[in-house]
Amino acid sequence: MMKPKIGIVVFPGSNCDHDTFYTMHDVLGYDTKYIWHKEKSVGEVDVVFLPGGFSYGDYLRTGAIARFSPIMDSVIDFAENGGVTIGICNGFQVLCECGLLPGIMQKNDSLNFISKDVYLKVENKNTPFTSDVPDELLKVPVAHGEGNYFADEATIKDLEENNQILFKYASINGSTDSDFNPNGSVKNIAGIVNKKQNILGMMPHPERYSNSILGKNDGRYIFKSIAKNLIN
Amino acid sequence: MYKATVIVKRRPKILDPQGKAVEHGAKLLGFDNVQKTRIGKYIEFEINTDDHELAEKEVKEYAEKLLSNPIMEDFEYKLEKNDEA
Repeated sequence: MMKPKIGIVVFPGSNCDHDTFYTMHDVLGYDTKYIWHKEKSVGEVDVVFLPGGFSYGDYLRTGAIARFSPIMDSVIDFAENGGVTIGICNGFQVLCECGLLPGIMQKNDSLNFISKDVYLKVENKNTPFTSDVPDELLKVPVAHGEGNYFADEATIKDLEENNQILFKYASINGSTDSDFNPNGSVKNIAGIVNKKQNILGMMPHPERYSNSILGKNDGRYIFKSIAKNLIN
Repeated sequence: MYKATVIVKRRPKILDPQGKAVEHGAKLLGFDNVQKTRIGKYIEFEINTDDHELAEKEVKEYAEKLLSNPIMEDFEYKLEKNDEA
């Protein structure tokens, strides 16, 4: 099986870069490298990760300053040319700030930092990120203070019509009622893709639940889907 | 030299959970008349030029590209000639 080449961008303040590296390299055995944010090119990679953390201390707005890091021109170029690009948590915030994905993240409506397991309902399995997910639900953790996804009504309608909403916060039974919304996100949105389906942004952390030793392995389905689809 | 101040505000229709929480504090303090508390950002900086047109262009671009996000925020700015510095 072909091993995907993975690049993980490291901003000052990234802190899930090592978790992502461990999952990609040690658990899944992929060819993985870090890309320092001051580099000018992502190089020869199949997948670019923008990891979780608190780039630039979350100053001004989450992801707002990282978005202007030197590497971002190359990331945007890579993504706009169809390269598989994944932003997790702070990475999702960076993708929104640089306009690769629509919308913006606000403070959680509770004003609390949330760190807990959530269930995600997979709304669209017909994407390179979800094609190998066996069930309708994934159990993965969230850890964020600003994951309250917002976009105007026209944008949400557009996301819905194009099946771009990939993950919604749900109950263990798959209900996406607002009772199971941890942060106030519009329509319980936890993750979206662009129209071309090569850019994924999600607040929950699949990289943290990708090792059977930890007892929770659901995140791995997302990465397995990507690897499989890269071959085809 | 110009001194610039930028105020970034959330759009009126967008919920402001911080403002809501602070207003809750106001009620606890007994300020029963306080309502519609909204929290924004105040940013000040200098622009090292004597060209007013250039200063205005830079303050606008800075505010549009970085200091605010047009999806949920508006901004206002003020420019003052500052020759003391």
